[in-house]
Amino acid sequence: MVEKVIYDKSSEGRRGVQFPQPDVPLVEFPAAFTRRDLPLPEVNELEVIRHFTRLSQLNHSIDTGFYPLGSCTMKYNPKINEETARLAGFAKAHPLQPEETVQGSLMLMYHLQDFLAEIGGFAGVTLQPAAGAQGELTGVMIIQKFHYKQGQTQRNKILIPDSAHGTNPATSAMSGLKVVEIPSDERGNVDLEALKAECDDTLAGFMLTNPNTLGLFEEHVREVIEVVHAAGGLVYGDGANMNALLGIARPGDLGFDILHYNLHKTFTTPHGGGGPGSGPVGVAEHLVDYLPGPVVAVIEEGNGEDEPPLYGLVTPKHSIGRMKSFHGHFAMHVRAFTYILMHGEEGLRDVSKHAVLNANYLMVKLKDTYRLPYDRSCMHEFVLEGRWPEVPDVHALDIAKRLMDFGMHPPTNYFPLIVREALMIEPTETETKEVLDQFVDAMLQIAKEAHESPEILKDAPHTTPFKRMDEVKAAKSLVLCCGLPENIGA
Amino acid sequence: MYHPHTDSDREEMLAAIGVKSLEELFDGVPKEFRFPAMDLPPAHTEMEVWEELSRIASANDTVADLPSFLGAGAYNHYTPAAVDSILRRSEFYTAYTPYQPEISQGTLQAIFEYQSHIVNLTGMDVSNASHYDGATAAAEAVNMARVIFRSKRKKAILSPALHPHYRETIDTYIKSADFEIIGEDLDPALGPEALIDLIDEDTAVVVVQYPDFFGRIYDFSKLAEAVHQAGGLLAVSVNPMTLSLLKPPSEFGADIVSGEGQSLGIPLSYGGPYLGILATKNEYVRSLAGRIVGETEDKEGTRGYVLTLSTREQHIKRERASSNICTNQGLMALAATVYISLLGKQGLKEVGNLCYQKAHYAASEISKLDGYSLWSSEPFFHEFVIKTPKPAKEINEILLENGIIGGFDLSRSYPGMEDYLLIAVTETNSREEIEALIDVLSEVKHG
Repeated sequence: MVEKVIYDKSSEGRRGVQFPQPDVPLVEFPAAFTRRDLPLPEVNELEVIRHFTRLSQLNHSIDTGFYPLGSCTMKYNPKINEETARLAGFAKAHPLQPEETVQGSLMLMYHLQDFLAEIGGFAGVTLQPAAGAQGELTGVMIIQKFHYKQGQTQRNKILIPDSAHGTNPATSAMSGLKVVEIPSDERGNVDLEALKAECDDTLAGFMLTNPNTLGLFEEHVREVIEVVHAAGGLVYGDGANMNALLGIARPGDLGFDILHYNLHKTFTTPHGGGGPGSGPVGVAEHLVDYLPGPVVAVIEEGNGEDEPPLYGLVTPKHSIGRMKSFHGHFAMHVRAFTYILMHGEEGLRDVSKHAVLNANYLMVKLKDTYRLPYDRSCMHEFVLEGRWPEVPDVHALDIAKRLMDFGMHPPTNYFPLIVREALMIEPTETETKEVLDQFVDAMLQIAKEAHESPEILKDAPHTTPFKRMDEVKAAKSLVLCCGLPENIGA
Repeated sequence: MYHPHTDSDREEMLAAIGVKSLEELFDGVPKEFRFPAMDLPPAHTEMEVWEELSRIASANDTVADLPSFLGAGAYNHYTPAAVDSILRRSEFYTAYTPYQPEISQGTLQAIFEYQSHIVNLTGMDVSNASHYDGATAAAEAVNMARVIFRSKRKKAILSPALHPHYRETIDTYIKSADFEIIGEDLDPALGPEALIDLIDEDTAVVVVQYPDFFGRIYDFSKLAEAVHQAGGLLAVSVNPMTLSLLKPPSEFGADIVSGEGQSLGIPLSYGGPYLGILATKNEYVRSLAGRIVGETEDKEGTRGYVLTLSTREQHIKRERASSNICTNQGLMALAATVYISLLGKQGLKEVGNLCYQKAHYAASEISKLDGYSLWSSEPFFHEFVIKTPKPAKEINEILLENGIIGGFDLSRSYPGMEDYLLIAVTETNSREEIEALIDVLSEVKHG
């Protein structure tokens, strides 16, 4: 099953693709800058195609099987998205072209800003952030700049629940804020008393994921937000879990000041084996002027069908600045726009209803066999404990690896950190009841094996092309790249 | 739309859960906020959405419709069909971060090969699995330097010839009361030696671009020596395509190499997604941001790959992580990996040479025109600045009227450079296109 690295397939003089001869008079390349050697492989096109096709076959993917990776929303990515994003009018547009030549792109972005604002209940949206974590960074910088402008320079503390994604504290620390962790209560909500105790005049903001990473809707969401607002703080919403809320509740209505959307989760832009993502940020009215620039605006109003408005790029008045080159992951914007247009209001609401239906169905079917630490109706995902006191040697990791033998991707494990041996399960709305039932059967069988013949779990996976990987060896030996065979050791 | 539930599925599932309706699942949401109205366009069928999106796309005139000489950080290159054919393998594009290595070896090995390509192109020791784009990779390079010196050195020097968007992004990311960013105000006509005077004991890093924003190629050896003498680091932002011919930045003493990988088989797509490159020396691997893939074995001794050194990362270290990056540019890194593999040593050199030759032909012909001259006499790769007889903005308007997308009007980023146009030429520009450009430019002068 091992596929050689492409460098090991190299043969001197072999060609993959040829380019035309220069059609202009030739000049010398400056000798002082000429590189001596370009140690890259030489392979034929078919070899390249076979190599990467074979590699692709070693992956589990949404298109090959169930992928209930909690917090990642691994739902079906419609094929039409791939076609619209590749339309030449979009794919061949240079980001610095004169605005009058790219009115199609600008119009699409303008409307997507609007759609996302409408879905989240916000006054303004930037499409610039490259991924969720960059959306968070954008949001936290907006919080900082807002306080700075208000003369509240002492506000340097950000509160983050213990159930939060690791990106929340990492982002805050990157921005130079002091991170204080807020515990969760016994129902999986933010511990209100602990929150209140930290609400003083150094409070910059609170980062809240709702539904949280336990898949639970924050029961005191209004009170939590009011407490933070009363202390002069802003509330940042981590929108990783928006797949539960489309047409169900708008974070802006609930009082969130800022929210990032993950287009690669909620709005079906593909996850790409680890990106590209896209992390637009929505803000309430009082923060619109702080959005990173540029955003798309109407420069000249239109007049009916014949005279469309003129769209252009503008930088908001108190903008925190630029987050990246150009205007964001435009090809992802096209996909998300396509998806929203295909659904409309009721269609989006149906997405979340069925995502929540699928999650609750699985939860009910599994909770008698696996411990459910927070036993209440869930949203789009839920978290089980992957352990049993009577078989202490069996861990969540073993359950995860054994699931692979059933052709399924394991749930997210060991996260959130507040659940021991966590298994975080997000089925998404695009799975059939039959698939969910197969997953339940597999999980029940694994539980039985854990008690009767745990070695089956400890040795898992059995049927995959690769067995358990030695991660310690990787970290110790640190082989992070390779070269052409003749260069090895040179 | 894409949910497969039949009425009987729904009934059975609701009954199993013990609720009567889908709506009842949301009783925990405060009633007054539940099921809000959303003002969105009506649902479209796939056929309708295809027609609508085709219509919107056709409102753009792109480099597919018009000859273009626009670069400035994004370049129109030819991408062989095989690249997209692999990107469309849904085993790649519908997978996520390879957290479970036993069923993700495709993605993991492709990233390992990507890291290898970047290391071999740049001459550095290690590469991460990718970053967002050239701007954020440059910002992470500065952040890395800050982390390496544990915030004890409080200054970064940016070359004024570093891409304006990269400088703006670094400002947004890094500039604070505790960390100073200088150098940007220097006259961009000056070479990198002008930065040497700014270096002191408080300098964490000097950031330059190779070739620079204006297309010029400089030897950074003296600059590297100066910053190293002061105990700081040199970060170089590269266009990896040019490294097919150019000496790698490692030979000038670069400590960190960042870059924009869009040139490696990634479509223009109105600005993204592109590919951030970040590579460094072995000694700084633990301060490198983002995912890294390493080679290992499975328990039967079969060679395989895993994400490694994850103790640097946010999901383990939380507020003590070296960066907050999580999702990166996996599929774009795959595009670059396939592109480099397919073109190989010879193909990449050919593309580099075509760009170089055509750009030099264009520059030489334009500089012969009355009223036009080259701004710099330094060597350049495939981009150069011309002084124009009228404001570049007007020249671009005239070019567009003649069906040509002109260059980058430098006054958009450099006030005072109203009469300067940055022209990029790649292998996709035919001699006829270059001659059409020259014709229009010559008429501008006379007209």
